[in-house]
Amino acid sequence: MDSRRAPRTVIDPKVRQVGFVTPGAPPARSHSVPTDACSSPPRAPDFTLPSNSLSPVMIPPARHASADGIPVLTRASAPVPVPSTTPNPPSPLRRDGVQIPIGSYNPSESLGTSPMRSPSSRMDGLEFSEDMSMVSSSRLARSSSAKAAAASFPGTNTEMMAAGKVVGNVVPAKSSLTTASVVKTLPGLSDKGDGSLAEVHGEAAGIAKPLKQKTSKADRRALQEAQRAAKAAAREAGGGKPSGGTVPSNAAKGEFGKPSQKKDAASVSGANVVPEKKVADRPPEKERKKDVPHPRMQFDDQHRVEKAKKRAVVNQSEARNRVELFRHLPQYVHGTQLPDLESKFFQLDHIHPSVYKVGLQYLSGNITGGNARCIAMLLAFREAIKDYSTPPEKALVRDLTAKIGNYVSFLIECRPLSISMGNAIKFLKSRIAKLPHTLSESEAKFTLQSDIDRFINEKILLAEKVIVRHAVEKIRNGDVLLTYGWSSVVEMLLLYAHESSKQFRVVVVDSRPKLEGKALLHRLLSKGLNCTYTHINAVSYIMHEVTRVFLGASSVLSNGTVYSRVGTACVAMVAHAFHVPILICCEAYKFHERVQLDSICSNELGDPDVISVVPGRKDLDHLDNWAENENLQLLNLTYDATPSDYVSVIVTDYGLIPPTSVPVIVREYRREQLWM
Amino acid sequence: MWRRSASFVLEKYQLPSSPMESPKSPQSPNPNPNPIPNLNSTHGISAYYQTRAEHHGVVTSDWLAQAQAAVEPPSPPSERTSPGSGKPFSVIEEFNYWRKKPDLAEAVAAIMALAAVIRSSNGTTMMELEIELKTASDALKKGDRSSISLSAGCDLFMRYVTRTSALEYEDFNAAKLRLIERAERFGEISLKARRTIAMLSQDFIFDGCTILVHGFSRVVLEILKLAASNRKLFRVFCTEGRPDRTGLRLSNELAALGIPVKLLIDSAVAYTMDEVDMIFVGADGVVESGGILNMMGTYQIALVAHSMNKPVYVAAESYKFARLYPLDQKDLEPAIRPIDFGVPIPSGVEVEECARDYTPPQYLTLLFTDLGVLTPSVVSDELIRLYL
Repeated sequence: MDSRRAPRTVIDPKVRQVGFVTPGAPPARSHSVPTDACSSPPRAPDFTLPSNSLSPVMIPPARHASADGIPVLTRASAPVPVPSTTPNPPSPLRRDGVQIPIGSYNPSESLGTSPMRSPSSRMDGLEFSEDMSMVSSSRLARSSSAKAAAASFPGTNTEMMAAGKVVGNVVPAKSSLTTASVVKTLPGLSDKGDGSLAEVHGEAAGIAKPLKQKTSKADRRALQEAQRAAKAAAREAGGGKPSGGTVPSNAAKGEFGKPSQKKDAASVSGANVVPEKKVADRPPEKERKKDVPHPRMQFDDQHRVEKAKKRAVVNQSEARNRVELFRHLPQYVHGTQLPDLESKFFQLDHIHPSVYKVGLQYLSGNITGGNARCIAMLLAFREAIKDYSTPPEKALVRDLTAKIGNYVSFLIECRPLSISMGNAIKFLKSRIAKLPHTLSESEAKFTLQSDIDRFINEKILLAEKVIVRHAVEKIRNGDVLLTYGWSSVVEMLLLYAHESSKQFRVVVVDSRPKLEGKALLHRLLSKGLNCTYTHINAVSYIMHEVTRVFLGASSVLSNGTVYSRVGTACVAMVAHAFHVPILICCEAYKFHERVQLDSICSNELGDPDVISVVPGRKDLDHLDNWAENENLQLLNLTYDATPSDYVSVIVTDYGLIPPTSVPVIVREYRREQLWM
Repeated sequence: MWRRSASFVLEKYQLPSSPMESPKSPQSPNPNPNPIPNLNSTHGISAYYQTRAEHHGVVTSDWLAQAQAAVEPPSPPSERTSPGSGKPFSVIEEFNYWRKKPDLAEAVAAIMALAAVIRSSNGTTMMELEIELKTASDALKKGDRSSISLSAGCDLFMRYVTRTSALEYEDFNAAKLRLIERAERFGEISLKARRTIAMLSQDFIFDGCTILVHGFSRVVLEILKLAASNRKLFRVFCTEGRPDRTGLRLSNELAALGIPVKLLIDSAVAYTMDEVDMIFVGADGVVESGGILNMMGTYQIALVAHSMNKPVYVAAESYKFARLYPLDQKDLEPAIRPIDFGVPIPSGVEVEECARDYTPPQYLTLLFTDLGVLTPSVVSDELIRLYL
């Protein structure tokens, strides 16, 4: 095991790779464990390595490959991962093992680390989920095979025995299952087998065997089902103190688990034979479909929405009259979520208070703007990590990842993630995943906290300053600068340009319903800038006197499309028609490798009520009961996509780049950032 | 970026007799007898265009005779650049020496001068050497702010030479040797750039085509020369190139090669655009957006060509890639050049004296560089890769 860890530190590239470099080219072939006990170990490195050399920029290795990498023997000894991962806490080498503690102190959290409930599976609404689930799945494959290998070494027998003893000491009721499974794999290893669970084990093996020839995913799926079934059965059969506590709490946490999992558990508790049938009957196509994480939650898919609702923390009632074209986006009746969530404060003990607070702030709209939301989220995570302590019998890496996943899905329920937040989460998760295994818990926590600080400082705060320095060179004396809405970077830029005593005038264009521009206007006026304030209706009139347009962005996508607050595209189009240069100020951490051509596929729907109500105009009450009219749909979009043709330059922390060069930045720096 | 230089195309084709002679060739037109004006004595007037005028000015025969009599034979470069020479080394002198060679672009002269700086450096640490190099390149850049290729060439040289991992591991002497090696390689590539570009662009010139050229560009001339020596049949429209009439000079050279040439006044571009198949222009600088800075009038030619769907090809060496991002025409420091209208200008009348304009990338079709044939957007990618 030790030799297997070694390459991890070696292959982390410290140099920037330019061009097409195969990530993590297999340097560790020589490290494969030399053994003849079974055929599997020499192949192990082939699929274990990608898990730590994965970057979202790169195309991850095919999952089939990794699944095929699991040798036949592992499949035959399907239940091995379950027993072999029974805790061996003193050994740091096993930290990322699949930890399915049996009857441990917190069942809901132990479920959290189970691969089927990996955080990504709940992040359906999020495009970032694929990579993480890739990581987790390949990680699973790695650890299970590693365990299989470990179990089959003669040398590790003593360790296994020791582990078995530990188990025996801590949870006597469970040890029987452990050893029973081990017996099957290594007949000579242990004689502690308990006859009471023989049929469970036989059943699991029976499931695993006929599936041997099937395709990989269905296979693995079945394997996991079998493990779960065995576990549930064990819990039933054990009937001791821990399992008595487990089952009800599991049911109570049902909103958390995947529905299918809950179902399985229920059916298992009914009869032990059922899961076998279920597994066998399930058509492989469906399995495959379920196994592949959906790239993005489609809210017009009734089936999935129902499911999502079941596990949702926030009670959400969907808005009724939704525009046909935007049915795939989530839209909830405003005002129903907040009171519900507030009332639940004391039940949501699995959400860290700071995360909870940030979630509420998102929901109530107290924190808006890509940078502000991202910083708030990161600070909340930082708090959560500070207060985090690894539960006994768990690995920090896996448990913390799952926890962060929980928090993220809670935040998504409060408000869909912005791309900046998604990138930050991706960063954090990759940092957690790449923690050196030699670190103690406090060291690891400290490292993560300083990583978060560094991200906030370097990628957001410092980046803003650099952008301002770059952009201010483009402001000349006598310019008329137009900006739309309120972007924090543009505000900094205008103030900085004013401080450096440039003579210019600002046109603040604003639009209903958010009227963010007023806040900007207030800040600019208080610093003594010369401003003009107008609504977007007048943009074509005001544009002829403008010499530069500065806009913020929520994200810049690979094809140069600027994804920003709704109305930006309109302003950019008008400016383009008037031949006014358009400068987009956007930090490089907000860049995303996705390509988007319209504002429909991916967007966020705001509260439709706010566009029907005009504040201060009591006489305009024609739309007061609009929700009851079936023929009326209101659309309040939050973002829109500006085609790259309208963008003259993107000002980023790497300098001024044309929109065509966004993919270069994404390619060259996103990777570096992840490797950082 | 120069690792992938397309100069390899040259290795395949052994040019029987290169029309472009090496800089030391006695056949090359004689350098200007007048001493190159001190770089710092430019009073608002672009030194870049002064040098160009000296190199490309329409040369009369009697002036040539005078020049021949006045000029002393240039000393061979080995003598100049030997580190052991007695007098203290001056990068400006070195640069001026190289700059006198008419076939040598300013940027290449600067690159050569900087390479000489490394060679003659007495520094004993890497840091010292780097600082020395930096001050030298700053001195060069300060001398002529209006030359984009000069400052770009200096910057690129600094990046190319100093960005090698060897610096951290080897001892100083080895590292210095490596630097010299890289510097020489850079200079070599830059010298070869023109021929590389000429080779790459041959595929785009077809028999019977009509090419419009603007101003005098040595790269474009090289391209046309090579096409003529490849027995391609084409004719060239030359704009006059007011105010320094560089078009006249180009038409002169082309006529000497036996290429059919027609001379246009600058305002006749749209009138003749119907007959034109493609436009070839050089560039003073290629900016990060992928657009080019070139002699005044390029933008309007590109606009006309764009509206008539004619391809606009730019021939530019990669040392002209500059880290600039002009948003519009006025976003740059203007390169001032006096204009002679032949008649006294009425008092109270302003004259636009800027010597160059900016052509945005959307009006350019392709860039022929020594890195290969690029679309405008690739320029920024290359610059990002090199600088960031």
